[in-house]
Amino acid sequence: MEFFFQQLINALQLGSFYALIAIGYSMVYGVLLLFNFAHGDVFMVGAYIGFFVSSGLLALDLGGLIGLPSGVLLGLVLVLTLIISMFLNSLVGMLVERIGYRPLRGAPRASAAITGLMIGIILETGNLAILGPQRLSFPQLIQSATIKIAGVSLTNKKILIVFVSILLTLALHQFVRRTKWGMAMRAMAYDYVVVPLMGISTNQIALMTFALGSALAAAAGILYGIAYPVLDPNMGILFGWKAFVAAILGGRGSIVGAGLAGFLLGFIEIFTAVIFPSTMRNLIAFAIILIILTFRPHGFFGEPFSAQLRL
Amino acid sequence: MTTNLASTPSTRQRIRVLLSKIWEPYRSVPLLGWLSAALVTVGLEQLIGLPLAHVLGLSKIPALFGAVVILSKPALTPSVLLFMALIYILPIGIVARFTSPVANRIAAKLTSYPLIVTALAHLVLLYAVLQIWCDISDYRVLVARLAMISIILTLSLNVVNGYMGEFSCSHPGFMSVGAYVASAFTIVLFVSENRFGEALLPPALGPFMFPLALILGGLVSAFGALLVAIPSFRTRGDYLAIISLAFMFITKSFFENMEVVGGARGISNQPDYATLPIVFIWTILSIWIINNFVRSTMGKALNAVRDGELAAAAMTVDTRKTKMTAFLFAAFWAGVAGGLFAHVLRYINPDSFGIRKLAEVLAMVYFGGLNSVTGSIVGAVGLSLISEALRPLDIFKWIIIPIMLILIMIYRPTGLIAFTEFNVERLFHPKKKASEGEEHAAA
Repeated sequence: MEFFFQQLINALQLGSFYALIAIGYSMVYGVLLLFNFAHGDVFMVGAYIGFFVSSGLLALDLGGLIGLPSGVLLGLVLVLTLIISMFLNSLVGMLVERIGYRPLRGAPRASAAITGLMIGIILETGNLAILGPQRLSFPQLIQSATIKIAGVSLTNKKILIVFVSILLTLALHQFVRRTKWGMAMRAMAYDYVVVPLMGISTNQIALMTFALGSALAAAAGILYGIAYPVLDPNMGILFGWKAFVAAILGGRGSIVGAGLAGFLLGFIEIFTAVIFPSTMRNLIAFAIILIILTFRPHGFFGEPFSAQLRL
Repeated sequence: MTTNLASTPSTRQRIRVLLSKIWEPYRSVPLLGWLSAALVTVGLEQLIGLPLAHVLGLSKIPALFGAVVILSKPALTPSVLLFMALIYILPIGIVARFTSPVANRIAAKLTSYPLIVTALAHLVLLYAVLQIWCDISDYRVLVARLAMISIILTLSLNVVNGYMGEFSCSHPGFMSVGAYVASAFTIVLFVSENRFGEALLPPALGPFMFPLALILGGLVSAFGALLVAIPSFRTRGDYLAIISLAFMFITKSFFENMEVVGGARGISNQPDYATLPIVFIWTILSIWIINNFVRSTMGKALNAVRDGELAAAAMTVDTRKTKMTAFLFAAFWAGVAGGLFAHVLRYINPDSFGIRKLAEVLAMVYFGGLNSVTGSIVGAVGLSLISEALRPLDIFKWIIIPIMLILIMIYRPTGLIAFTEFNVERLFHPKKKASEGEEHAAA
C-alpha cells in the first residue's frame, strides 16, 4: 500500500508535466483547430528560459541586497523565475503563431501542421547551434526535504509540482469560463466564421491562445527542471508528442479534459513501468490509448463532431 | 502610360524576354531528346570528367553537382561552376537542341508501338543515365538509392494524405515493419552469423528470393495497417492522426522490446541485395502501380471520400472498402520501401523509424505536392538531394531546410506541384514545333 502511494505521487508528478503541456495543445486545437506540433519544443525553450532566468536571478544575489534568509530567497527566486519565464515564453509562443501559423490561416490544416513540425525542428537545432550539445543542469531552486505522511514519504518538490500544475490548470479554466477574453476564445472554438463579425479580432485571440499555452509550457519546463535537473535540446520531442496525445484524449478544447488526460497518461506510464519492464512503458501506454480512442473516438470531454478537413 | 511602359521595358522584363528567347528552341525537345542529352553528358563526365576536374584544381569530380564543394570550400566556387557548365549545362544544351528533330521523329515512331514498348525504351535510357552517373562514386550510388526509396515512401504516403485527405502519421511504423520482416527473412535464410545461426538456404539463391522478402515485408506491414484502418471507419481527421501516431510509437516500442531482432541496438548484416538496378526496378514498379491505382475508379473514390464522405457514400462509394484498400495499399508500399531501406543501409534500429523519419516523409509529401504523383517524385528527389547537398553545413542544414519548407507552405500551401495527373503517354509524346505548341495551348 505504501508502495502504491509512492508510485501514485510519482504518477501525479509525471502527469503534471503532461497536463500542463497538453493544455497548451488543447487550447490551440480548440480555438484554431490546429495541431501546434511546435509546442513540445516551446516547452523545451521554456525550460531553457527558466534556466537562464533562475541562474541570472541567483547570480544577482538578491539576498545580499535586501537581506533575506536563504529559504525565503529561494522561494522568491522560484516565483520570479516562474513569472518572468512564463512571460518570456509567451512571447516565443506569439512569435511562433505570427511566423508559422498566421500566414497559413485558411490554408489546408495539414500545411499548418507541417510548418509546426518545421518550427519545432528549427527551435531544436537553433538551440543546439547556439548552446552546443552539452546538457545543462538546472539550478536547485528548492531545498529538498522529505515529509512522511502515514508511512508514505513525499518530497516537497513533488508536492510543489503537483500543486502548482493543478493551480495553473484551475486558474486557466476559470479564466476561460469567466472573463470576456475567455468567452471570445470559446466563441471562436464554437464558430470560427461568425466570431469576426461580432467585432472580435481573430488574430488577437489566436495570439492570446498561443501566449497562454506557451506560458503554461514554460511553467511545465521549470517544474521539469526542478524534478529532473538536466536539460537537453531534444527533451521536448517525446514529451510534446505524448502531451499531444493527451490533449486529443481529453477532448477538443477542453482544458480540464486535457489536464485529466495528462494525469491519466502519467498514471498509465508509471504503473505499467511498475508491473512490466520499463522498456515496455511506451508500448503499453499507447496501446491503452489506442483502445480508449477506438471506443471513445472523440475523447473524454469532446463532443462528437466531424472536423472539416479543408484540403 | 502603357505605351511608355511598353517602349522602355524594365530590366526584369528584358531578362524574361531574353530567357524565353533562349528557351524557345528547347520547347520542341521531347523527353527522349532530354534523356539522350543526359546520356551524352554523363558519358562525357565519365570520359573526361576526372582530367578536367584536375585541370580546374578540384581533387575529384564534384559528387552532387558541386554543392558540397561550394559549401565546404567556397574558394573553389568558380572552378566548380565552370566544371558544371562544361560538363553538364553546355553538352545538355547543345545535344538536346540539335538532336531534337531526330528525337521527335523517333518519339513519333515510338508512339505507334504499344505504350509498354515506348515506356521500356525511355526507362532503359533513364537507367543508363543513372548507372553511368553513379559509376563515378559510391556516394552517388547511395544517394541515388536512398532518393529512389524516398520516392516509394512519399508516393505511398501521398495515397493516404493527399488522395484520401487523412493526416496519417504511421508511415515510419509501416516502414519499420517491412524493414524488420525483410531483414529477418534474408538474414535467417541466406546469411551465416551468430544471431540466427547458419544460413538455411544457399546464399547464391538470395538475390532471387529478395523480391519475396520485400513482398512479405509489405504484406506483414499491410496486415499491421489493419490496426489503423479499422478505427478509421468510425473516425476521421484528427482522431485518426492520433491513432496513427500511437501506432507509430507502438511499433517503435515493440521493436525496441524484441530482443530476437536486436532490441534497441538494432539488426545488421543484411546482405547487399538492394543494388542500384534492383532499387530502380522496384521504384519504377511502385510509380507504375500507384499511378494506375490513383487513376483507377478506386483512386477517384479516394478523392470522393476526401471531399465529402457522406456524399461519396450517397454516390455508391463503399467508403469502408475504399479506406481499407488505401491504408493497406499504402502500408504495403511503405513496407517494401522499408525492406529496401534496410538492405541499402544494411543496418537498422528502431530509432531510424521515429519522429524524425515522420517529419522527413511528411515534408517530402507536402513539399512536392498533395494529390500528385509528379509532385511526390519531385518532392522526394528534391528534398533528398537538398539535404545531401547541404551536408557540409552540419546542423545548420536543419535550420535551412525547415525555413525553406515553411516558405513553401506559406506561398504554396498544397506543395509545389499539387493536384496534377501524371500522364505517361503525354510525357512520351513528341513535341510539336513551338508555334504549333502555342496554338495547342491556346486551344
